[in-house]
Amino acid sequence: MNQVRINNIGEGTSKALNNETVIEINNLKKSFGYQEVLINVSLKLFNGENLVVIGKSGTGKSVLIKCIVGLLSSDAGTIDVFQNRVTELNKKEFGAIRQKIGFLFQSGALYDSMSVKQNLEFPLRRVKKNLSEKEIKEKINEVLENVGLADALNKMPSQLSGGMRKRISLARTLVVDPMIMLYDEPTTGLDPITSDEISHLINEVQKKYKTSSIIITHDINCALKTANRIIMLKDGEVYKEGSTGDFKDSGDPLIQSFFLQGG
Amino acid sequence: MKIESTTMEKSNKLSKNIVSKTSKAGNFLTDVADVFLFILRIINETFSRDFEFKEFFRQCFQIGYKSLPLISVTGLIMGLVLTIQSRPVLVEFGAVSALPGMVAVSIIREMGPVITALICAGKISSGMGAELGSMKVTEQIDAMEVSSTNPMKFLVVTRVLAATIMIPLLILYADALGIIGSWAGANIKGDVPFVLFFSQAFSHIGFLDFLPAVIKSFFFGSVIGIVGCYQGYNAGRGTESVGIAANSAVVIASLLVIIVDVIAVQITDMLIS
Repeated sequence: MNQVRINNIGEGTSKALNNETVIEINNLKKSFGYQEVLINVSLKLFNGENLVVIGKSGTGKSVLIKCIVGLLSSDAGTIDVFQNRVTELNKKEFGAIRQKIGFLFQSGALYDSMSVKQNLEFPLRRVKKNLSEKEIKEKINEVLENVGLADALNKMPSQLSGGMRKRISLARTLVVDPMIMLYDEPTTGLDPITSDEISHLINEVQKKYKTSSIIITHDINCALKTANRIIMLKDGEVYKEGSTGDFKDSGDPLIQSFFLQGG
Repeated sequence: MKIESTTMEKSNKLSKNIVSKTSKAGNFLTDVADVFLFILRIINETFSRDFEFKEFFRQCFQIGYKSLPLISVTGLIMGLVLTIQSRPVLVEFGAVSALPGMVAVSIIREMGPVITALICAGKISSGMGAELGSMKVTEQIDAMEVSSTNPMKFLVVTRVLAATIMIPLLILYADALGIIGSWAGANIKGDVPFVLFFSQAFSHIGFLDFLPAVIKSFFFGSVIGIVGCYQGYNAGRGTESVGIAANSAVVIASLLVIIVDVIAVQITDMLIS
C-alpha cells in the first residue's frame, strides 16, 4: 500500500511540472498559544520560479516554510506539495516528499562535530543509497565547486566564516538534487558583498538545478536580485503580491518604507 | 462593605492558589507523559530498520574509552580510601584478615556501581544534554529532520544504547581497580602479597554479589542515557536552555541513579532472603 502511494508521489511530481504549480497553500493558520502568527495565508509556488516572501520580523515568514517541511504543524488550512496534501501523508510518504525539498537554515545548521565532507556525505548516503564511493566523491566535489568552495572539503564548520557556512549549507542541500529550495533569511548577518554573492548563488542554483524556490528575507536587495515574484506578509496575512516592478512602483507607505530602507 | 471586600480578596487569592497548584500538577503529569512517550519512541526506533551502527560505535567509544581516565582514578581512590578508613576499626576488633573480603563485597555490590554511575551522570548525561541542546538551538536537529534522517534514531537511540552497554562495563572496570586500590591501601600500613589479597577478596564474593550489581548497572546506564538525551532533545530555543539542559541532566540522572539503587537493593534483598 505504501509503495503504491509513494509511486503516486512520483506521478504527482510530473503532474505538478505540467500544471506548473509545485506548492499550493490555502488558508494556512498557525498560532503559538494565544499568539496568532499565520492568520490566513494562501500562496502558490510555480515551477522554476523564485518567490520571495518579505515582511517585518515576527510576521510569520519562517513559520510559513517550516510548516511546508513539517518542522511545525499547521492549525488549519492545506499545504499541497507536488499535488500531495502533506498533512495527510504518513511518515514514509512525507519522507519521500522531503527528499525533494532543500532547506537552507538561517544559521546554516552545519553539523559541528562533522567536517565539510562528512556534512555533505550525511544526507547523500541516506537519500541516494545506491551511489558508489566514486559517485559520492564526484557529487561532493561538484556541489562544492558550484558554491565556490572546492578547497574547504576537509575543514570543520568552526573554521568557516559566516558566508562560507551559508555556502556549505547550500551545498549540503543541493547534494541530493532537490526540486524545491526553501531559503530562510539567506543573507542575514552577512556583509553587503557576501550578501550579493549569496543572492547571485541563489540565481545560479535556480538556473543550474532548475529549482523552484521560496526565499524568506527582509533584505530588500536580496529580494530584488533574486525574485521573479514577491509576496509581502503583514500581521499573518498576505498583504501584497506582485512582480518586483509592482512593488517598486507601489505608492503604499509600508512597501515604500521597505524599499527606502533597502536603498 | 470592608469585610465584604476582604472576603472577596481572600476568595480570589484562594482560587488563584488552587488554579496555580492545579496547573503545576497538570504540568507535572504532562512532563511524566512526555518522558514515557520519549522512552516508547526510543524502544520503537531501536527495533525499527536501518540501525545507525557507525554512530552507535562512535558513541560507545566516546562514552566508554573517553571515560577511562576519570573512572580509573575514581575506582582506585574508592578502594584505597575505603581500606584506609576501615582498617583501624577492623584492627580494633582483631578482624583485619576480613578486610579484603569486606572491601571487595562493598565495592562490587554497592560502591562501585553507585559511585561510577554518579560520575557518569556528571560526565556523560551532562555531555549529552549540552550537545543535543546546542544542536537544537543551532537548528542542527531540524536540519537532520528535513534531510529525511530520523534524528531520534541517529542521535538518541545510539546514545541511550551506548550508555546502557558501556556504563556496566565501566562499572566492572571500576570494581577491579577499586580492589587493586584496596590492596595498595592495605600495603600502606601492612605487607599483604597481591595474590593472597585477591584470593581472600574473591573467596568472599559469590555469584549473588555480582548478578544484582550487574543488572542494576544496566538500569543505571539506560537512566543516564535517557535523561541526558531527553533534556537535550527537549531543550528550549535560546542559548540559556543549553546550560539548563546540561544542569538538569546531571541533577535528574544523579537522583534517579540513587532511586534506582534503593529499589534494586530492596528487590535483591527480598529475592535473596
